[in-house]
Amino acid sequence: MDTDATSPAAAGPSPTATSDGTRVGTTTLGGVPVEAVYGGADLGEPGEYPYTRGAYASMYRDKLWTMRMFAGFGLVADTNRRFHELLAAGVTGLSTAFDMPTLMGRDSDHPWSVGEVGRAGVAVDTLADMDDLFAGIDLGGVTTSMTINGPAVTVMAMYIAVADRRGTPRAALGGTIQNDILKEYQAQKEYIFPPAPSVRLVTDLMRFTSAELPRWHPVSVSGYHIREAGSTAAQELGFTLANGFAYVEAAVRAGLTADEAARRMSFFFNAHADFFEEIGKYRAARRIWARWLRERWAVTDERALRLRFHAQTSGVSLTAQQPEVNIARVALQALAAVLGGTQSLHTDAYDEALALPSEHAARLALRTQQVVAYETGAARVADPLGGSAYVEWMTDELERRAEAIFSHIDELGQGSMLDGVIAGIESGYFTGEIADAAYRYERELAAGERIVVGVNEFTEASAPPPSLQTIDPRIESEQRTRLDAVRRDRSSEAVARALACVAEHAGDPTRNVMPAIIEAVHAHATVGEVTAALEAVFGGYTEAAVA
Amino acid sequence: MSRDDALDALLTDARHGSRRALGRLLSVAERGGDAASALDRRMLDAPPPLWTVGIVGAPGVGKSTLTARLVAAAADGPTGPVPRVAVIAVDPSSPLTGGAILGDRIRMQGVGSRPEVFVRSMAHRGDDGGLARAVPIAIRVLGSVGVATVIVETVGVGQIELEIIHVADTVIAAMSPGWGDAIQAAKAGLLEVADLFAVNKADRPGVADAVRDLEQMLDAGLARGSGDGRAWRPPVLPTVATDGTGIDGLWSAAEAHREWLVATGGLQRVRDERIRHEIGRRAKDLLAGRIDARTAELDLATARQTPGQWAALVAADVCAHADAPGTSAA
Amino acid sequence: MSDPPPIRILLAKLGFDGHDRGLKVIARTLRDAGFEVIYLGLRQTAGSVVIAAEQEDVAVIGISMHNGGHLTLGPMMVRAVADAGLEIPVVIGGIVPAEDVPTLREHGIFAVLGPGTALETVVATIHAAAATHDGMVG
Repeated sequence: MDTDATSPAAAGPSPTATSDGTRVGTTTLGGVPVEAVYGGADLGEPGEYPYTRGAYASMYRDKLWTMRMFAGFGLVADTNRRFHELLAAGVTGLSTAFDMPTLMGRDSDHPWSVGEVGRAGVAVDTLADMDDLFAGIDLGGVTTSMTINGPAVTVMAMYIAVADRRGTPRAALGGTIQNDILKEYQAQKEYIFPPAPSVRLVTDLMRFTSAELPRWHPVSVSGYHIREAGSTAAQELGFTLANGFAYVEAAVRAGLTADEAARRMSFFFNAHADFFEEIGKYRAARRIWARWLRERWAVTDERALRLRFHAQTSGVSLTAQQPEVNIARVALQALAAVLGGTQSLHTDAYDEALALPSEHAARLALRTQQVVAYETGAARVADPLGGSAYVEWMTDELERRAEAIFSHIDELGQGSMLDGVIAGIESGYFTGEIADAAYRYERELAAGERIVVGVNEFTEASAPPPSLQTIDPRIESEQRTRLDAVRRDRSSEAVARALACVAEHAGDPTRNVMPAIIEAVHAHATVGEVTAALEAVFGGYTEAAVA
Repeated sequence: MSRDDALDALLTDARHGSRRALGRLLSVAERGGDAASALDRRMLDAPPPLWTVGIVGAPGVGKSTLTARLVAAAADGPTGPVPRVAVIAVDPSSPLTGGAILGDRIRMQGVGSRPEVFVRSMAHRGDDGGLARAVPIAIRVLGSVGVATVIVETVGVGQIELEIIHVADTVIAAMSPGWGDAIQAAKAGLLEVADLFAVNKADRPGVADAVRDLEQMLDAGLARGSGDGRAWRPPVLPTVATDGTGIDGLWSAAEAHREWLVATGGLQRVRDERIRHEIGRRAKDLLAGRIDARTAELDLATARQTPGQWAALVAADVCAHADAPGTSAA
Repeated sequence: MSDPPPIRILLAKLGFDGHDRGLKVIARTLRDAGFEVIYLGLRQTAGSVVIAAEQEDVAVIGISMHNGGHLTLGPMMVRAVADAGLEIPVVIGGIVPAEDVPTLREHGIFAVLGPGTALETVVATIHAAAATHDGMVG
């Protein structure tokens, strides 16, 4: 699970990362007073169009970035216990990571779920699971982040159904669901249905939350996984923003205005090793987003033009060799994200190259963010590198490279970014480009043209790497028992009726599937059953036939 | 076990339904050389496949998915131990390293695991390999063990797609809507090789335009076989391979083409043409090495001659020794 | 035809695991080392791999695993190959802790290519695996 602010288990009684921006200070260590921003009018101002220098005027002086930390495991009761610990420590945002079967929209008794139940996140099959996950928690009083894509509609429906049952108004629900299916085909590969009907599910959820859950963020457009799959920084920038444009276009086709659609969208980028390239990437992202929205969709709402993002340090940049060196890598990557103006940050634990993070390593990762926030002074001034000839050039150059990618996608789609992204997915354009970039990097590494400390230079005979965290096999059998109990106690007629309704609405593109899915999960249809009902209409998807 | 005994054993096993034996035999065909020649001699008295269908198309038109759908259509029906349908999917090799990534099975997964279906990926292995050399033998092997229909799928890159007429009775060209596709098809020479056109992704805008453009070019008389009196006018059919729309119609039209071939005597004619083409190509291959060798020996300083005169000399020398060792191989 | 024909290898991932970056890098590495790579991609089962392996007559099966399921799926893959009467070596790549390698070797896995394996080691290992495959006719 990610957690807003510090986890008590991970961080002890240290300062939590709240909106207490004054703690970053206004004077240097030597007592020199500094302004909130430097630079002439020609550089532009943070908080002003096109937002190259930052989403907000005074950046971290007003509000420090949110520190999110990953942990997550097991049965709903385990995660619920952790939620309560976090809430007791003053955290107001909960963040849920789901296990692989749930992410793939399958139940815990699916043949492929063996060994996966509760391993990399929590297992959720039924409404009872969702209810127990948030047992004793006022859903109107917290914000919840859910990292899920393929079955996002079903999981969202379960969250809403739990609120319905508890009498919590839907309008009071706040939070984020990742719900970015396009990058699944391009990079993370946790897709279920073909791209076109999957995008329709994304826009159904956007329309639904726009009408009924105005505090909800229905899409977090994610470049993180594209980069982890091997893309370059320019490709991460270009593909991710193209996906963002595609969602805006899809939402407009579905009847929302571009302002409405973009206002509730946020982004999620990688914080990788090449320091200045990363900073240029974040700056270019803000500028491109604002410019394209204004020029292509005539968006005027500042909340829509202003790109806000979460960043996470790069998992693939961590090495199994000399793992302590990863602490230094994470620190520098975190600093790049902060100098690039991130709104929220997750720092990886140094032992993640081979294992789920240990508690000790997760605490060090959080401490690293706190050092960046409170000791370096990096948070004191907005866009401190703005005006550097190199950083400005890098920003421009990455923008140019992203624009070249947009031109290609626009051409694939004959003037439509949505059609272009889907065509690029089906033809294997994205996966081919990403795999080629990953291969180029590996060859440069093999040839010694790039150096990774401890891997191809400065190597040491190292101790055996840590082992993968093992998960108690009882978790799987207990979760199956829970699932069996729900299946036994429910009305199978009501479930069949509700699932038939889901299929019928899925087959009618003029309808929104959300109400039917909410009804189905109220009737105790499982995640896997809703997936199957949708799959019967939409079909499945196999990756493009290009390696 | 001698090579000949091993081949006979593999053929027997394959005729009893062994996929492993059939896979092995196709490797022999693909590898060429004496073993392939020995295998091919065993095909002389064996039945050919009833029908060979070629599918060509540029990357991104959904050709693999379309092929998978057609394979499913062809696989339906009575089946014995031997697969009814075989697919040979040909992709280019890297010209630099000779290696290849063959990814066509990815989209065949639904049908590829069915007992009625056998899928084989082949690399093109350069100009003298793949489609030109190995596939004709592979098709004969598949026919000889009892496979009824062979579908050859190949990528629409350069000359590879035009070679399809030298292996297939019926050629389907797959394209997708979009401006200029028909013109691209004409430029690539596809209009002359295809017996049917599938405009795939017909749920996209621009289908009507693509169909109309193709129809117009076909009406202008650019189609395959349009010069003879028994002309076949290639139909243009919209399909959506991802959901199966139009697949039955496309397969019926392909079957109609086969019936037309049979009824007009065209099937025997195209197969004879194909054998003649293969003979001619292999004869040229045999001579090519000797021409190269003789050319390398020429002492250009001995006479002032034009390249044309030298060539006539080389050709005369090579023909004068046409019974030299090596020519009887294969 | 003096050059030996390219060695054919099958690459796949089993089950839900979608981490295919490594597998795609290996596919390109082997292509550029002159192999013919039959790329099966994601969401395969031991059964679907065996069907493809016999039709494609490959010399080596390469399976990539990043979900910690190697101790279950690795031996299962080897068993499925043997049950089909095939003699094709199985190589596993991906995230496999060193301490699990002896167990996998005992279960008949030819080699394990863990994180950070040099590309040249990958190529050499696949060559060595292919050399154990029973030979061609002729």
